[in-house]
Amino acid sequence: MEALIAVVIGLLAACGVYLLLRARTFTVVLGLMLLSYAVNLFLLAMGRLALHRPPILEAGRSAYTDPVPQALVLTAIVIGFAMTAFAIVLALRARRDLGSDHVDGRETGACAESGGGSECRPDGSSS
Amino acid sequence: MTAASLALLLPLAPAIFASGAVQLAGWHWLPDLGLNLTFRLDGLALLFCLLITGIGLLVILYARYYLSERDDLCRLYALLLAFMGAMLGVVLSDNLLLLLVFWELTSLCSFLLVGYWGQRADARQGARLALTITAGGGLALLAGLLLLGHIVGSFELSTVLTAGDQVRSHPLYPATLVLILLGVFTKSAQFPFHFWLPQAMAAPTPVSAYLHSATMVKAGVFLLARLYPALSGTDLWLILVGGIGLLTLLFGAFTALFQHDLKGLLAYSTISHLGLITLLFGLETPLATVAGVFHIINHAVFKASLFMAAGIIDHETGSRDMRKVNGLFRYMPQTAVLAMVAASAMAGVPLLNGFLSKEMFFGEAVHFAGMGDTGLLWPVIATIAGMFSVAYSVRFIHDVFFNGEPIDLPHMPPHEPPRYMRVPVEILVALCLLVGIVPAYTVGPLLAVAAASVVMGPLPSYSLAIWHGFNLPLLMSALAFVGGILIYIQRRWLFWLYDRYAGPNGKILFDHGLRWVIALAGRVTAGLESGSLQHYLALLIGVALVAGGLGFWGGVWQGDRPIQPLDPLSGLAALTLALAAALTVLRQGQRLTTLTLLGMVGLFVVLAFVRFSAPDLALTQLTVEVVTTILLLLALRYLPAHGTPEVGTGRRWRDGGLALMAGGGLAALAWGVLTRPPQTALADYFLATSLPEGGGANVVNVILVDFRGFDTLGEATVLAIAALGIVALLAGGRPAPETPWSAATGADAQAPLLLRIGARPILALTLLLAAYIFFRGHQLPGGGFIAGLVTALALVTQYFASDFRRAMQQLALGYRRMVAAGLALIAVTGAASGIFGHSFLTSTFTHVHLPLIGDFEIASAMAFDLGVYLIVVGTVMLILLELGQPEAEPVGSG
Repeated sequence: MEALIAVVIGLLAACGVYLLLRARTFTVVLGLMLLSYAVNLFLLAMGRLALHRPPILEAGRSAYTDPVPQALVLTAIVIGFAMTAFAIVLALRARRDLGSDHVDGRETGACAESGGGSECRPDGSSS
Repeated sequence: MTAASLALLLPLAPAIFASGAVQLAGWHWLPDLGLNLTFRLDGLALLFCLLITGIGLLVILYARYYLSERDDLCRLYALLLAFMGAMLGVVLSDNLLLLLVFWELTSLCSFLLVGYWGQRADARQGARLALTITAGGGLALLAGLLLLGHIVGSFELSTVLTAGDQVRSHPLYPATLVLILLGVFTKSAQFPFHFWLPQAMAAPTPVSAYLHSATMVKAGVFLLARLYPALSGTDLWLILVGGIGLLTLLFGAFTALFQHDLKGLLAYSTISHLGLITLLFGLETPLATVAGVFHIINHAVFKASLFMAAGIIDHETGSRDMRKVNGLFRYMPQTAVLAMVAASAMAGVPLLNGFLSKEMFFGEAVHFAGMGDTGLLWPVIATIAGMFSVAYSVRFIHDVFFNGEPIDLPHMPPHEPPRYMRVPVEILVALCLLVGIVPAYTVGPLLAVAAASVVMGPLPSYSLAIWHGFNLPLLMSALAFVGGILIYIQRRWLFWLYDRYAGPNGKILFDHGLRWVIALAGRVTAGLESGSLQHYLALLIGVALVAGGLGFWGGVWQGDRPIQPLDPLSGLAALTLALAAALTVLRQGQRLTTLTLLGMVGLFVVLAFVRFSAPDLALTQLTVEVVTTILLLLALRYLPAHGTPEVGTGRRWRDGGLALMAGGGLAALAWGVLTRPPQTALADYFLATSLPEGGGANVVNVILVDFRGFDTLGEATVLAIAALGIVALLAGGRPAPETPWSAATGADAQAPLLLRIGARPILALTLLLAAYIFFRGHQLPGGGFIAGLVTALALVTQYFASDFRRAMQQLALGYRRMVAAGLALIAVTGAASGIFGHSFLTSTFTHVHLPLIGDFEIASAMAFDLGVYLIVVGTVMLILLELGQPEAEPVGSG
């Protein structure tokens, strides 16, 4: 189980980082979200993996998982939402002001020569 | 003021002559660093104090007449006096670090004084060059002095000077010596750092006379003399100090001959004489040291007077070019005589002070040749240096005062300067003569006491007489005179050779180096600061990888905690999650698909939270997931539906590599932690105190609203700020939608029938659910955050189910006010606990029984949670409504 979770965390982080390094704002926001998932799971894992032991006090039960990482992750989820919302709106505003959804606000390479923006279509290489 | 300090100095002189050293004053400044304000006056310091204040007084008088009406005399005086204070500090300091502080102050004063005529480019460049070289040397000196203090264990000079053997036998001695010498050589313009001094001649002439010949450049040789007892006496000292001094002596003397600028000639002559003094200290014999100290005095006197004379000529003729300034003897005979006497002292003519120290130097050269196996090398080199010294002195005299008529002078005809401008020169020249004729009665005692404090022991026997009989040094002097005059006569041929074959000088090399460094810095900056976010992120992640990777170095990757078995359901869920995440990356071009896949990833993360005993997280993640998906869907209206593939596969490979390494690192870290037993101290504390102190069984919720309430307050504030920021960003305008509202909702602009009918009952039910989640939050999974998100979802559904505009009017809740009210409620709750004498955000609770929900505690934390609830509802609604509202055209017009 531990190995599985470690691999899942690593995969989410790898996907997140790769998308974070892409050139389009929307993709970057998606990357941020994936990275947030990875980090939240990672933080939760810091309290170790416990099955059927929620930190809700009950009479007659003595085994509880660590509540501290959960409190931190709960905060992180909400802040992550605020960050995602702000980032996507920033992207919208940048698109309006700069006429491009490229993260640098200007087209680079071949797309720039063809006029940039949404006119720039895939050139064969899918994905 | 200068006169006053000179007057204060004089009563102390007898004590120096009697006992050798006086402790002047001492205060602690930063004793932990070994930095104390201690001052000490000994023979060497006395000699320098006399030079500094005496020549300073004359320079101040001279400057009064030198500057024109337009120049700011006050500024010059302020800087000169500041320099004088710093220089006195250098020579009087008994603490090495204090000495360094004053040393740097002199460099700064020099910078400001060279750049006095800041409107001239050469002054600015010269000042910058001088500061770069001397301050760079100052850094080396700092390192050297710190090492020295480390070796000795004290920064007090009185201790350091008696610890010579300890210093010389220490393994760090070579490094210490080289660093200190770097400071000395840069300050005293020794080869190859000499080139700043000629450029510093852009300063007003009083400054050149004072700083750049008599005092500041002597600070280097002063330090050499000061640390002579601690550092000298090794072969390394002989090679470095003697070798550099010799090179500088020859180079300076040779180059001085080819300068056409009067001050340039004097500058190179100064370099040469400083080289001579350095060489004398480098020879490491007591007699050579005496000669070195003696030459410090003599050079200061005759060179200051020569600079002043050069300044007078410049002042009266408007030019310093020796190819134009000729035949001035007819126009200013008195100045001419004074300058000629001083120049003769520079050349070493008998009956003048320069002759005596030069004879001592020649004598030492002969003596040194007798000791080693270098044969006649030393006497020959000394004689050659003497020849060039004579040659440039003759040039100074002949070119300026004779050699035909002046050519194209700005001021014609030149005449004698004002009376008091000449007085300082007269005094200095008189000193040249006095010292030269009756040395034993004038300079003798001062020289003896100064040299004694350098040698730190009995002085060798020497005689300060003009006539020592016919001996080798006299023959060398005679040879130097004949050779020097011959060189001058042959000058045209030499000049032609020099102009043709002279290599690049230090200034040009320095400028090249500077340009190269600036260009390099520009390239590095351009490489790092490309303005590309992708580039920055790649750098950031790369650096994080390196820093994180270092932590793995040599560590144990795996602990010994037992592994839990894997059940098939978890494995299947993880596989699906992994597939969805991978597809998100692979299908990144199709944005709607990606968004759906991402939602799937989120839902499986929710399942993971459920599986691993985190019900609160699962509820929160679930609701946030829904809200985020709606948000991104709304945003997609304004963005292209398809992504654009990037040019170049190289970058994809690079990013893929970075991503794999980041993921691998995080996985390895997680694995390392998960296989080790946990630290449970914090968990145990919260589990034990949650019910008795916080009044709640849901420990996560209690932590959030009670134990860590302050954090939650900050977090809620961040939410509110994000909402306001989004409103502000969108108020400034948004892009034209890719998909117009009317097209998205169909021609009739109506939501599906089922949704329209079901919306109202759903609203009521969801609000009830929200209330339930809210109230149970303290005991069971739930709470303000989740209840807020559920409420917001219920409200948003109303907007999309019915006509958006009508909903806007009907549900005209002031969401901004709601956010503000929530923040205020939290603050008030926190402050209320203050009224009862508790600290901020302390909670209190009591039990209440409500039908349906059952027995529950009503805690003041509940008010806090209500604040959180209001903020969440307000924030989410603000964001979604701002993004979701239709554009200005009437709905359904398309």
